[in-house]
Amino acid sequence: MAEHTFAISMAVVTLFWGFVGGVVPWFIPKGPNRGVIVTMLVLTAVSCYLFWLIAILAQLNPLFGPALSNDTIWYLSQHWS
Amino acid sequence: MGSFFRSEEMSLVQLFFQTESAHYCISELGNLGLVQFKDLNPDTSAFQRRFVNEVRKCEDMERILRLLEKEMLKSDITIANGTDSDRVPCPRDVFELESTFEKLEQELKEINSNRETLKRNFSELREIRYLLQMAEDFFEQAECQLSVSELPSEDSITLTSSSRMVRRTSSIASTTGPLKLGFVTGVIQQERFLSFEKILWRLFHGNFILRHAEIQTLEEDDSTEKSVKKVVFIIFIQGDHVRRKIRKICEGFHASLYPCPNSPGARKDMRTNVSTRISDLTMILKKTEEYRLNVLTSAAAHIRRWNAKVTKMKAVYYTLNLCNIDITQKLIVAEIWCPVPDLGMVQTALVKASEHSGCSLSPVMNRIPTNHTPPTFNRTNIFTTGFQSIIDAYGVADYQEINPAPYTIVTFPFLFAVMFGDCGHGLLMTLLAAWIIHHEEHFCQLKSELIDVLVGGRYIVLLMGLFSIYTGLIYNDCFSKSLNVFGSSWSVRAMFQPQGPWTNETLHGSTHLQLDPAVSGVFSGSPYAFGIDPIWNIASNKLTFLNSFKMKMSVIIGVIHMLFGVTLSLVNYFNFRNFKNIFLQFVPEVVFMLSLFGYLVVLILYKWCVALQSDMAPSILLLFINMMLFTYEDSQEAMLFSCQKPVQIFLVVVALLMVPWLLLAKPLLMYRNHKNQVFGNRRHNQSGGPDMDTDFAAEHKGDMVSMTDVFVYQAIHTIEFCLGCISNTASYLRLWALSLAHAELSEVLWKMVLHVALGVTSGKGSVLLAVIFAVFASLTVAILLVMEGLSAFLHALRLHWVEFQNKFYKGSGYKFTPLCFDSLMRVQ
Repeated sequence: MAEHTFAISMAVVTLFWGFVGGVVPWFIPKGPNRGVIVTMLVLTAVSCYLFWLIAILAQLNPLFGPALSNDTIWYLSQHWS
Repeated sequence: MGSFFRSEEMSLVQLFFQTESAHYCISELGNLGLVQFKDLNPDTSAFQRRFVNEVRKCEDMERILRLLEKEMLKSDITIANGTDSDRVPCPRDVFELESTFEKLEQELKEINSNRETLKRNFSELREIRYLLQMAEDFFEQAECQLSVSELPSEDSITLTSSSRMVRRTSSIASTTGPLKLGFVTGVIQQERFLSFEKILWRLFHGNFILRHAEIQTLEEDDSTEKSVKKVVFIIFIQGDHVRRKIRKICEGFHASLYPCPNSPGARKDMRTNVSTRISDLTMILKKTEEYRLNVLTSAAAHIRRWNAKVTKMKAVYYTLNLCNIDITQKLIVAEIWCPVPDLGMVQTALVKASEHSGCSLSPVMNRIPTNHTPPTFNRTNIFTTGFQSIIDAYGVADYQEINPAPYTIVTFPFLFAVMFGDCGHGLLMTLLAAWIIHHEEHFCQLKSELIDVLVGGRYIVLLMGLFSIYTGLIYNDCFSKSLNVFGSSWSVRAMFQPQGPWTNETLHGSTHLQLDPAVSGVFSGSPYAFGIDPIWNIASNKLTFLNSFKMKMSVIIGVIHMLFGVTLSLVNYFNFRNFKNIFLQFVPEVVFMLSLFGYLVVLILYKWCVALQSDMAPSILLLFINMMLFTYEDSQEAMLFSCQKPVQIFLVVVALLMVPWLLLAKPLLMYRNHKNQVFGNRRHNQSGGPDMDTDFAAEHKGDMVSMTDVFVYQAIHTIEFCLGCISNTASYLRLWALSLAHAELSEVLWKMVLHVALGVTSGKGSVLLAVIFAVFASLTVAILLVMEGLSAFLHALRLHWVEFQNKFYKGSGYKFTPLCFDSLMRVQ
């Protein structure tokens, strides 16, 4: 399960922002504001997805780990799996 | 696509209307608010225009209205918010209003001056009354200290006439003969009294007796309208010479002298006289005040309507000044800029106005083609107005140029949020914006400038807050604490025996230990599902990781934003049918940017996606620098991937080739075109005669001069673009810098303010916590929301104005300012 977490989160988030940016614009009713609303949706989807993607890719292959104090290490070894 | 993506198509229309219907037509157009009048008399100064007298009259009327409003405010009369009359102001109204206003002004002036005189008289009478009262007391005291004598002069005191004094005369010894004692009574301001007394002592060396008493109730000084304390004095002196001197001194000190009769009977008479006069005067003053209030109240009912009328009339006359008045005085010609979709509405409005005015002929609209650049008009609603105004603050778009505003609606709050990045503070900001939007009408009526700015940008603040919540969730930062929703990907247990190197002794041996991802099980292989892992919040080397992450993120976002800007310039070229420029400018720009900075982004992404051993991972910065300097080490470990060296050499060479392409291709092409044109003309007109040659020589020289211009301009553009690429990419690092500052400030507030209170374990801790929380909340709002918010707003704005827009935006147009009565009223 742990190995697939990356794939699951990648799939879910990509699908979500893809839906917001690619599918919802087709359903915006015609009116004077349609162009602006579609632009907003697409730009929001692109920028938010990009930001999330950068955050997850930066942690994919870490070169070094966190340095923790003794008390934190003791606490975490007891309480976190 | 709506008109928001670029300026609406504008047409120049000539209007012909009759002089009689001019007022009605222009007022109707003003109500509509869709046309901008062009100045047809640009050479005439303001004083030479035809309707300058009428404009002056309107300004005079405005002055009178302002005076009336000031008087009303002084008397606390509430001004009714009148409904705007829809009646069109016409020349007759001007005369009517003018006469009304002049009458009102006269009346008010009269009333005010009368009031002043009456008040002055009133205060004088009151002073006299006090004087007489005090004089009684003085004389009672005086008889004990002065010798009694019967004196012939009128001003002297006759003590023997009072019965009490007769009884006392025997007790007072009089050694000297009869004394001539005169007295002077008056009133002086209290602050001057001491110096007055000192001067009297210096002059008369004590040959006088001065008695004084304060007037208990305060008087109103007419000139300053403040209450001034006054003092009644009475001076007993010998001789007329001294009396004259004292009079002069009193004049110098602005003391008012009043005659006081000697005999008590006369004094009593005078007192009753003064009292009746005072009561009369009070009644008169009350009546005057009532009359004044009546006049002002009746004017207050109409003043809003008058204000509106005068403003409209002034605008109409100002517009008439811009038109061309025909010589026969029967026709007025106007030129207006009007958006093409609205031409129909303008036509119906004009027809309605001319019917209303009772003219036989309806106005004629004639659309004319023109070479003048039309004004830029972007139709906005309440949501998009804010974003359009921040774009216009830098420069109004050229006519039909692409409008950056619709993209700014999302990219501006997004860049703000990258720098602000805290979901707790973002939530506060969203709630504030939602509250302002909910109470829009109430806030629109407040007239403070600071609040106006905030209310005008309420939708911007709302979007900034929403995006900040999202980036705060990704940075995993909520009031400087992290949320652990999905479970951290780092496991501490795996570092202990038997999998990892740690034992209990290692724990005792050092205070900080670092997890090693190379040990199996420590890093689960899948990063935290949404955002930054919460373990970094409690790590001591948090900044080492976050700095590397945020710097790379800034570079990636910056390169993408700039590429977006360059792509918008492509859209501009398509719109203006400037296909040559696509090859001459767009292609080299994009290739230059992609080959250098696009490759940098690829390197960053590649290094993230590939598993490396930490001691052998090359630094991207060093790789990039070496790439530009063409220095390569021979070892295999310095490269990220195989065949990196030939790829990099290729990319740098391509980028360097783009520079001369960008610099020389366009000017050389233009030069060749011009030379062909000139030669073609020369060959064509060889038979034209010798006098043609001089013309062509001049033209040729003109062309040569403009060729130099073209070369210089292109050189500047090339340098600006190429150096700008590097400096602008570095400029995007402010995204990292500001988000680091915000996170650190937030953490300082937690650690040094709130944590201190939460750590107190005694019972008093609850009280301390309440106090410290108030401090924490006010510091959060003042420093983190207001100061950091303004700072991030400013930097996001700069990134848009400079780094994004200098890729495609000219911004040298002028804004469409229609004649609109609604906006004039709102400015009032």
